[in-house]
Amino acid sequence: MVTIKRMLLDVLKPHEPGIFKVASDIAGLGDHYSVKVSVVELDKQTETIKLEITGDTLDFELIAATLKGMGASLHSVDEVIATNEHETR
Amino acid sequence: MNMKLAKRALFKRVLTDYLFLLKLAKSDDIIRRYFVVNGFDGALTMLGLMMGFVFSRPADLNIVMNVCLGAAVALGMSGLSSAYVSETAERQRKLSRLEDAMVCDLSGSDHGKAAKHAPILVALVNGSAPLLICLFILTPLWLANADIWLPLPPLYCAILMALFMVFLLGVFLGRIAGVWWLKSGIETLFLAIVTASLIYFITG
Repeated sequence: MVTIKRMLLDVLKPHEPGIFKVASDIAGLGDHYSVKVSVVELDKQTETIKLEITGDTLDFELIAATLKGMGASLHSVDEVIATNEHETR
Repeated sequence: MNMKLAKRALFKRVLTDYLFLLKLAKSDDIIRRYFVVNGFDGALTMLGLMMGFVFSRPADLNIVMNVCLGAAVALGMSGLSSAYVSETAERQRKLSRLEDAMVCDLSGSDHGKAAKHAPILVALVNGSAPLLICLFILTPLWLANADIWLPLPPLYCAILMALFMVFLLGVFLGRIAGVWWLKSGIETLFLAIVTASLIYFITG
């Protein structure tokens, strides 16, 4: 079964919610999700962040919907790591 | 038991969501300000009415209560409608600016929800603050009407209640500003006494 283990997203978001809330909300989406947020650029009303998410099985649709709910806009997916794990019988 | 816990969890979640939306709309401090400003309006209006009745020909207690209740409801409705209209316009303007900066539609996001719900909460506080404070000040009149003994005539008791409410608002302001609560309370009480003196010189 192929699962996404890591992704790096380029996101434009308003100043609020802050990066603590963004990181904790995304981390709360699944078990063993680990999130690293780096602020790349700060403007008057917005900020560009790099969002590095790692986990056992990342749900991209759910992550994108959560970001949209926060008022953030997903600019690009810069890196993805997917693994193919054989299920043991 | 489980149902009760679930209800409590739901209530806590709704409350947390609303507090988050208020914070997002930066309306939490506006609510505090409106509460004090309109609470002051309510308390001083009642003080003025009570003093007017004290210096006028004695009126029936029912008439006094109806006049004061009418003023309280009018203050409440005025606070509710004016805050809703002005806050909705302000939130919408801010949302449009943010949408321009983000170059996307934010109506479905938390910012959109905050723009929709924050004015309702602000309006509720703005309307209920003067109404509740007025109703509290009118308590001696209701007690007297129900033939419950009061240490002073009902109008004088209501005046003391109004002064007490103004003092409490001052204490609340002091707590917000982080200054000594008694000093802040006495300052607002002084303002109410100045108002009462003005009413005395004009009508008395």
